[in-house]
Amino acid sequence: MRPLPPADAATADLDPPATPAPRAVRNAQEARLQQAWAVPTGWRYWSAVNNTVVGQWYVAVTLLFFLFGGVLALLMRLQLASPENTVLSADRYNQIFTVHGSVMMFLFAIPIFEAVSILFLPQMLGARELPFPRLSAFGFWAFAIGGVFLCGSLFFDAAPKGGWFMYPPLTSGYQPGVGADIWLLGFSFIEVAAIAAAVELIVGVLRSRPPGMRLNLMPLYAWYVLVAAFMVLFAFPPLIAGTMMLELERALGWPFFDPRGGGDPLLWQHLFWIFGHPEVYIIFLPSVALVAMIVPTVARHRIVGYSWVVLAALGTGFLSFGLWVHHMFTTGLPGLTLALFSALSAAVAVPTAVQFFCFAATLAAGRRVRWSVPLLFVMGGIATFVIGGLTGLMVAMAPFNLQAHDTFFVVAHLHTVLIGGAVFPLLAGLYYYYPLVNGRLLSDRLGRVAFGLVFTGFNATFMPMHVLGLLGMPRRVFTYQTGLGWDTLNLVATVGAMVLAAGFAVVAWDVVRPSRTKARSPRNPWRAGTLEWLPPLPNPSWGMRTIPEIDARYPLWDQPGLVEAYDAGRFFLPDAAEGRREMLVTSTVDAAPQQCLRIPGPTFLTLWAALAVGGMFVFATFKLYTLAAVSTVLSLAVILVWLWTGTGEIPESDDKDVGLGVRLPLYLRGRDGVGWWAMCITMLAVFTAFIAVLFGYFFYWTLDARFLREAQHGPGVAGPAAAAAIVAGSWAATVVARRANAADRARAFYGAMAAAVACAGLGLVALVRTVTAGDLDPTTSAYAATVWLLVVWCAVHVGLGIVMHLYCAARRWAGRMTARHDIDIGNVTLFWHFTVVTVLLAMAVVAGFPAAGGIG
Amino acid sequence: MLTAAVPAVAAQPLSTLEPAGVDAERIAVFFWWMGIGAGIVWLAAMSFVAYCLWLPSRSRQAPSPRRVVVTGGMVLPSVLLAVLVGGIVPHTNDFVDTGAADGALRVRVAGEQWWWRVRYPRPDGGDVELANQLRVPAGRTTHVELSSDNVIHAFWVPSLAGKIDMIPGRTTYLTLEPTRAGTFRGVCAEYCGTSHARMTFDVVVLAPDDFERWLMAEAGPARAPETALGRAGAAAFVDSGCGGCHTVRGTPAAGVIGPDLTHVGARRGDASVLPHANDDLEVWLRQPDLVKPGALMPPFAALGAPRLQALVSYLRELR
Repeated sequence: MRPLPPADAATADLDPPATPAPRAVRNAQEARLQQAWAVPTGWRYWSAVNNTVVGQWYVAVTLLFFLFGGVLALLMRLQLASPENTVLSADRYNQIFTVHGSVMMFLFAIPIFEAVSILFLPQMLGARELPFPRLSAFGFWAFAIGGVFLCGSLFFDAAPKGGWFMYPPLTSGYQPGVGADIWLLGFSFIEVAAIAAAVELIVGVLRSRPPGMRLNLMPLYAWYVLVAAFMVLFAFPPLIAGTMMLELERALGWPFFDPRGGGDPLLWQHLFWIFGHPEVYIIFLPSVALVAMIVPTVARHRIVGYSWVVLAALGTGFLSFGLWVHHMFTTGLPGLTLALFSALSAAVAVPTAVQFFCFAATLAAGRRVRWSVPLLFVMGGIATFVIGGLTGLMVAMAPFNLQAHDTFFVVAHLHTVLIGGAVFPLLAGLYYYYPLVNGRLLSDRLGRVAFGLVFTGFNATFMPMHVLGLLGMPRRVFTYQTGLGWDTLNLVATVGAMVLAAGFAVVAWDVVRPSRTKARSPRNPWRAGTLEWLPPLPNPSWGMRTIPEIDARYPLWDQPGLVEAYDAGRFFLPDAAEGRREMLVTSTVDAAPQQCLRIPGPTFLTLWAALAVGGMFVFATFKLYTLAAVSTVLSLAVILVWLWTGTGEIPESDDKDVGLGVRLPLYLRGRDGVGWWAMCITMLAVFTAFIAVLFGYFFYWTLDARFLREAQHGPGVAGPAAAAAIVAGSWAATVVARRANAADRARAFYGAMAAAVACAGLGLVALVRTVTAGDLDPTTSAYAATVWLLVVWCAVHVGLGIVMHLYCAARRWAGRMTARHDIDIGNVTLFWHFTVVTVLLAMAVVAGFPAAGGIG
Repeated sequence: MLTAAVPAVAAQPLSTLEPAGVDAERIAVFFWWMGIGAGIVWLAAMSFVAYCLWLPSRSRQAPSPRRVVVTGGMVLPSVLLAVLVGGIVPHTNDFVDTGAADGALRVRVAGEQWWWRVRYPRPDGGDVELANQLRVPAGRTTHVELSSDNVIHAFWVPSLAGKIDMIPGRTTYLTLEPTRAGTFRGVCAEYCGTSHARMTFDVVVLAPDDFERWLMAEAGPARAPETALGRAGAAAFVDSGCGGCHTVRGTPAAGVIGPDLTHVGARRGDASVLPHANDDLEVWLRQPDLVKPGALMPPFAALGAPRLQALVSYLRELR
């Protein structure tokens, strides 16, 4: 019995028009689409924002960083090949392992998931694009600039050398060079890019699915990406907050992590691992997502247990935020804490096992597989990852962790998890998805050779490391003595690393060899069932010829006639009549069509914006604060121009015919608009960072009595209360202004806006006065530094809020915002909701906590 | 005489799998159970995947997802995890030292960049200080009180027990309960800067009587050098200002920045990576950067070979 692909799938509600468009009409449509979605040529190529182009850049640059990190790993293995080796000096080795870890985590493992998603997700969802193509492009440029800056430091002997987890005090008072600043500011910049991509992907998954693709019909890849993107949103902000605090300690002497000033090095570890543990799953889940796409295809069977896989991904995401302490088992925590986090860490095995069994069951249910290269890498990945998962359970047990922690056992464990769980699936994905990039196939023969080398090399490199760890070899040592039983194992690991590198070299050659030497791929070469394989190959730059209507999880298998109808352009948006780039926005759960969204085309603004924002961080790294300030102003200016010219455009008519007899609005106000969603999601991330700083405040409080003593000499109650009240006034005026605008009462609108700006300005002064009025010196104690940071945080919000007020007033004055076209003020009001909550909370803590908690 | 009593270095002096302490022995048992269990689970999982892949076509059919997921994905791992967690986690507290006083021997160890300052509190309130070597009695409990006033280090003697971090602003504790005499190695397990790899030390486990004798001797002042070369070295020690950083009890040298050298000659490898061959100690004095890059110890190559040899001789005689 071969149950798939079944021919009897129900397609009743699929309803293409009875009369197909004549050939000439279709040709004209395609010409218009081609023109609207054309990728610029010549030097303007770099202004492209199409997801298919930016996605390719993003993936390519990410893979280059991966190769760079791999070369660094080889250098380390060379140094460790024999005892007392002198290939690298101690200092150079320390720079190299720091950059290796950081590059692999921040410039490869996380961005590759965002890059792959930007490249393929829209087509998996039958969409032409993601809703914010320029944001993707900005994220890419920021990532590329920041990554080059960070890697480049190695060539000037100025690289960070504090390890990828950058524990202070080593990285604050004991490494005076610029290296640690490069890490802190460079990665903050890259994290901004990562959050930008996460916002894009969340809104993409939730709002740009094809009509009919309800949440429970989405490809599993979309589910995994949704979970991972939300995790980025809540995991990165604590790290950004911590990074900011550490940089303030380094640059200005605010003692957040210095015990002499009442700070605590452990606070960094908490903030870092609250990010760092979910991060492992941010890397792992999207790679499993690739497996979840490949397995049904090779088995020619729908995934078994779709809902279970989704629940498992969600469960892993939630659990992963509660496990961070298992990275800190040796810091002298109480036994109960260790026991609790040991047990919780073990629990993650359950959702992982669920996914494993769903994949295995799919293989058992489908046809006997043909051993293609993607399947080889999937199977190699599973075999490897299960080892890593099992050693993970071992190190999760606190007693064993006390021995294994910070040894090569952990090095072996984490590489087994990450290479088995992420790199193998990514290589599978590379061979599987390559035809979508340029319509060519990678070589089956080279792929098999590469798999053999990678799999052998991997095991030869990392299996001996388990033993090395058990024999007492700590991580991050630039050399070791002979006579400890480590020599042979290290040599084997080094030889293994060479074999592994040879495997990657074969893959690299297979990818970069000239296109004409690669076989042309037929359409849907693997006979997959999901939408990304719907277009002919190579796919024109429009991404999707027409947006199909979907009623199955594997539409290519289960919706007969889909391909023909697609080719004939018989679904939604088959045309670009106005020469504009358009996509469908659908509702979150049911994917009912809601809007025909016009998205902006090519621009260099995103590159300028990335350069300007990058300037802020790079100049600040070298303490060129004037230039950094200039960059800040430039960033603001470029971003305002970008917003002014590229967003909130008032269309020539209210709605348009999107095909199949459906008319959709071109402008969507209020909470259905994608802009509102993006603002809301972004502000959730910003608010999370604020909560992380507040966490610091209460962390210090639990530390010792010194905090409360100092808090008695804080800003008092009156100042913060007044500041909070004035800022709340500005918020209220903003809300009034939005209503006045909606009611088209121009004078009331401008009046309320003026009041909002005035209040915000006053509020800004009042906020700053709360810390400057007394003698609260942020360099003297962690308490004072935290209060200052909270106040500065609020002040930056209010300052940005003023810019937004003025922007809205200008938009209305310029006729770009009207009573019915009020996205701008809608989003600004949303920003102010978050701002007022932030300020009220901050002031309540700063003023109220010492007053109330001083007794308790 | 005392050095003769030091037991030979263990065959694998850093191995967690040849334990010589109560904690390390228990953890090794946990390891073997978990390791073997993990091996079995891995084989079972891979066999299942192979079965799914190579199942004959005629017996292929879509299984009920609920059955697969509930039995394979939930019941099975839950049972295994219950065994794992139930078998190990309840014992967690046995490995935690909260620093409560129980009359057992206490030793204070402070992490420096990149060496270990070891202090034995004396009943009279003073300390016996040495560096890069810890001596403890076999068959008894020793509480190690760990601290650092610079960066984070971690104290780890794999043969005896797990590791605990040494965190500025905090005091942490670790219990050592060696079960047999022997010389073992310890390392810093938390990356602590340039020469992290060189931050090693020795743990000498002695019979209780030997330990008491050693501690008594260690508490005494330095011996005066007996050879002419040694006396020349003592003079060079004073002239070169070594006492600014180092203490040699019984002499004016009372510096506290570097290791206490009162009985340095009785310690194996005080630069803690070199065995005590004369040449190596001379290399250390001449160019410390070759041994511990970034160390605070300044180079004394300018003293010239004769005086350096005299210094080495003096240090070797400080037994």
